Amino acid sequence: MSDRNAMLDVAGLRKSFGSLEVLRGIDLSVAPQELVFVIGPSGSGKSTLLRCCNRLEEPDEGSIRVDGVELLDPKTDINAMRRRIGMVFQSFNLYPHMTVLSNVTLALRKALGKGRAEAREIGEAALARVGLADKVDAYPAQLSGGQQQRAAIARAVALEPKIMLFDEPTSALDPELVGSVLAVMRELREAGMTMVVVSHEMRFARDAADRVVFMDHGAIVEQGPPEQVFGAPEHARTRSFLADFAA
Amino acid sequence: MDRFADAFLNPAVIEKYLPDILRGMLVTIEVAAAVVVTGVLAGLLLASARSFRIRPVNALIVLFVDVFRALPPLVIILIAYFGLPNVGISLSGFTVLWLVLSLVLAAFAEEIFWSGILSIRKGQWEAARSTGLGFLQTLAWVILPQAVRMTVPPLTNRTIAITKNTALGAVIGVPEILMQAQTAQSFSGNATPLLIGSLAYVALFVPVVAVGRWLETRFAWGRA
Ligand SMILES: Nc1ncnc2c1ncn2[C@@H]1O[C@H](COP(=O)(O)OP(=O)(O)O)[C@@H](O)[C@H]1O
Ligand SMILES: [Mg+2]
Repeated sequence: MSDRNAMLDVAGLRKSFGSLEVLRGIDLSVAPQELVFVIGPSGSGKSTLLRCCNRLEEPDEGSIRVDGVELLDPKTDINAMRRRIGMVFQSFNLYPHMTVLSNVTLALRKALGKGRAEAREIGEAALARVGLADKVDAYPAQLSGGQQQRAAIARAVALEPKIMLFDEPTSALDPELVGSVLAVMRELREAGMTMVVVSHEMRFARDAADRVVFMDHGAIVEQGPPEQVFGAPEHARTRSFLADFAA
Repeated sequence: MDRFADAFLNPAVIEKYLPDILRGMLVTIEVAAAVVVTGVLAGLLLASARSFRIRPVNALIVLFVDVFRALPPLVIILIAYFGLPNVGISLSGFTVLWLVLSLVLAAFAEEIFWSGILSIRKGQWEAARSTGLGFLQTLAWVILPQAVRMTVPPLTNRTIAITKNTALGAVIGVPEILMQAQTAQSFSGNATPLLIGSLAYVALFVPVVAVGRWLETRFAWGRA
């Protein structure tokens, strides 16, 4: 079951909130440079799965290996691992009291101990990569939603993560701003980033995902290449979920 | 009118006791400044400690905060000054005044900082932690700068209210403004020193109120 070469290897993952079983034994392996797209109804446990993968949620049971390191081992330095796992949130979560550049360089400086000049150089490069070279000194509130999300992506990218987790990165955006964020994600994928993306952007999934995973009620119902899952879904639940979306 | 002037603005009395009252002003400034520094810092430390959410620790913090917010400062001052020597702890009036007012300010400041910390969205913690910053680093660089900014108005108000309590030093022999004015009043049999004393308070606290107002406008943009 477990795959030694996987960048992310989740096995037997269980998580409950009180009596509510949110993840009921998830097995998911993501290869280096793979883009795995996770879809499923609201409340099916997609966010919880992603949040377990950097231990923002504490799993009850199972194993999560990132680049071969067991996250749930108490001896694992979780802060060091989190630097290797980029996370992008639906609500951006930029630090409102800091400039965009400081948002990007904070962890470089305080967690990695890089000097001001070096952090600035890395931060500016990351911001240039997401098309925000001219916004380094702006505050988050001065940016559009799409720009804020790209800045948040730059904040994660600047740490040179091994894998990036996206939790509905475009759901909070006006439709006309979605494209710029997806373009940045596409560029990351082309540069070889390993990515797990929870999203409802089915068109993006169709042409950018290597694999689509459909989750329902805390379990993976089916998975496969996008053309298979979208074109010929095996399970009734997948079909009805996709039908709701097409409508 | 003459009787009024004689009772409250007697030139001879002013000349004789003004130096005492000015010395009292210095003492008031010293106590007030010390109280502001230790009280606000202690409040910030307590609120930070509380954010670790360790049950027994938080229960103690809440108990301390509730007690020191509930008791009138004068009561605590009297207990500390007249009661503590019975258990072998003798503190000078200055120390008691500073300590008690610092603790009272710490209690109020803790509540203010804590509600500031609570008002920061969970996503801020999560974003910072997800980049590998530790708990304390997140608190120091992400949470507190935002929380403190929001607490400036209530904190300045509370700080001013509590530093005015330095006048309570008069009951335990701290030679601050009120004590000096009262002594002068009883020696001279004239109320002039009390009026000079109140002018001294005005001279001291009006600038503090003004600075507080300036801080409020300065930090008001915080939640853009
Ligand atoms: N911190 C929490 N406490 C209690 N219940 C939670 C918590 N987080 C999520 N849940 C519940 O877990 C279920 C799965 O949530 P989530 O992982 O956010 O689903 P999805 O991202 O697929 O919409 C939902 O029923 C949600 O209400
Ligand atoms: Mg979700």
